[in-house]
Amino acid sequence: MRVEPPPPPTPRPGGGGDGGSPPISGSTRLARPGGGARLWLWAASLGVYAFLYLPLAVVVLFSFNDSVLNAEWVGFTTRWYDRLLHDGDMLQAAANSLLIAMVSSSVATLLGAMAGIAMQRYRPRLLPFLALTPVAMPEILLGVSLLLFFRQVLDLTLGLTSILIAHVTFSIGFVAVIVRSRLAGMDESIFEAARDLGATPWATFRRITLPLILPALAAGFLMAFTLSIDDFVITFFVAGVGVVTLPLQIYSMIKVAVTPEVNAVSTLLMLLTLSVVILAARFAPDTLKAKA
Amino acid sequence: MTSARRRFWCISNLNSGKLARWAVTLPPSLFLVVFFLLPALIVVAASLREPGEFGGLAPLFVDGAFTHALTLDSYRFFFGDTIYLEIFVKSFFIALLTTLICIALAYPLAWLIARSPKRRRDLLVLLVILPFASNLLIRVYAWILLLGPLNLLYTPVAVVAGMVYVHLPFMVLPLYTNLEKHDPALLEAAQDLGAGTWTRFWRVTFPLSLPGIFSGSALVFIPVLGMFAIPELLGGTGDLMIGNLIKEQFLDNRDWPFGATLSLLLTVAVLLCAGLATLAAKKSFKGTEAVT
Repeated sequence: MRVEPPPPPTPRPGGGGDGGSPPISGSTRLARPGGGARLWLWAASLGVYAFLYLPLAVVVLFSFNDSVLNAEWVGFTTRWYDRLLHDGDMLQAAANSLLIAMVSSSVATLLGAMAGIAMQRYRPRLLPFLALTPVAMPEILLGVSLLLFFRQVLDLTLGLTSILIAHVTFSIGFVAVIVRSRLAGMDESIFEAARDLGATPWATFRRITLPLILPALAAGFLMAFTLSIDDFVITFFVAGVGVVTLPLQIYSMIKVAVTPEVNAVSTLLMLLTLSVVILAARFAPDTLKAKA
Repeated sequence: MTSARRRFWCISNLNSGKLARWAVTLPPSLFLVVFFLLPALIVVAASLREPGEFGGLAPLFVDGAFTHALTLDSYRFFFGDTIYLEIFVKSFFIALLTTLICIALAYPLAWLIARSPKRRRDLLVLLVILPFASNLLIRVYAWILLLGPLNLLYTPVAVVAGMVYVHLPFMVLPLYTNLEKHDPALLEAAQDLGAGTWTRFWRVTFPLSLPGIFSGSALVFIPVLGMFAIPELLGGTGDLMIGNLIKEQFLDNRDWPFGATLSLLLTVAVLLCAGLATLAAKKSFKGTEAVT
């Protein structure tokens, strides 16, 4: 285990730079080991950032590589993207994923907003547990329990419906958290004022609450959208054989063989989720933290 | 307003207020009871059933008669052969190793972010979360590309690398949230009392950051324990984890009662870990309260 030596409490420019080696010493009183520790911290952090980005960069890079092998750079090409556009299975999977994401995130936004409002305003005892546990537990457990439920209890043929229900189930909690944190940041007195002026709960909701939580709803919808379009584990259990989503298609491709087409579809999917997440963060800055 | 009228308003407000309360609480609660709580309970029941002749569970109705025979066979099967316990122990070990590496990697990064100027902090946090916004499979696939040429693919090293890569942000964020709150005056006081950089870290910062470490550890440890995609795609045949066992029972072997038993045992393990982490975080938080 590596533990980095700490920097001094306050940044002191121009301290004794000792070439980046960790200043492990019983330094004398009032010593200023400024530069060394800071440099070390920066170097370690840059290393971790590189660790985070390098693998994805390789995927993007090789999606433009003019070689079937993902081993060395041969030359620039867009033919893998071209092939994607003519891959019927892939296009069908993308269409399925988009449809499922649109429908499930709409339903999840509606139910999640209700849950968020309820949790903030009425403090129900059971609802937070119901909404947040599916988020906190290993995904495989939700997938397996829904599979059992759909097949043994409802006797439902697995497909679009089962995937939609599963996606709504794990998205509600995310939307609820985003909506609740938006409401928590607001002054309760405006709702009281509306009530005192004789507004019915519905009028208070439509004229005051709804406009105020609109950004949170947008962020929640977008977040639920990315969760749905990205989900692999739970979908894997409840999809059955008929309906293939984009992650399922990628999974079966990786299992068979690593082709540059996977790089291309991965790059496109990354681009999509990235832009949606950044858009969501614009609506509600805390959204990203809610996801993590 | 006369007092009678005022009373009328209060009562009607109370009633419509109650209506509003149920209108937002009931729909999400109902949905989650049906599609989360009920399926979770059915896993318990399924673990006590006989496997069906053609997969799934034994039918509840045989020749028109209701059979409710329950059996502990699946549990006997689990404890009757050490290979299942061995896989559980190995999964715990991998989850522990992943958590420790995540702590080591996340610490310098969380620290750097916490000590950066406020306007730069959001950007640095965003940079940690962004790769996390891409699909799980893509992030795993990236490691197939990276480790393939190094001859490390299908080894335990590859599994741990993939696990750390996928779960690192879960550790950085709680740790950063904790470190950000530290009062720099404490470190200055320690320095004034003659503590060196190293001593200041181990005696002041590290103990104060324990609550962050514990909550981050729970967020890493729990999902790693149930992961099946990473060992399946990056590990060899000897690197199977609990998640792979469960997936095998539900999709390949079709012994659903045994799969349900494994899921239930995983749930118990997860609950124990979550409970321990909460307890540890609370205890260490109380400890830090005493310091500050």
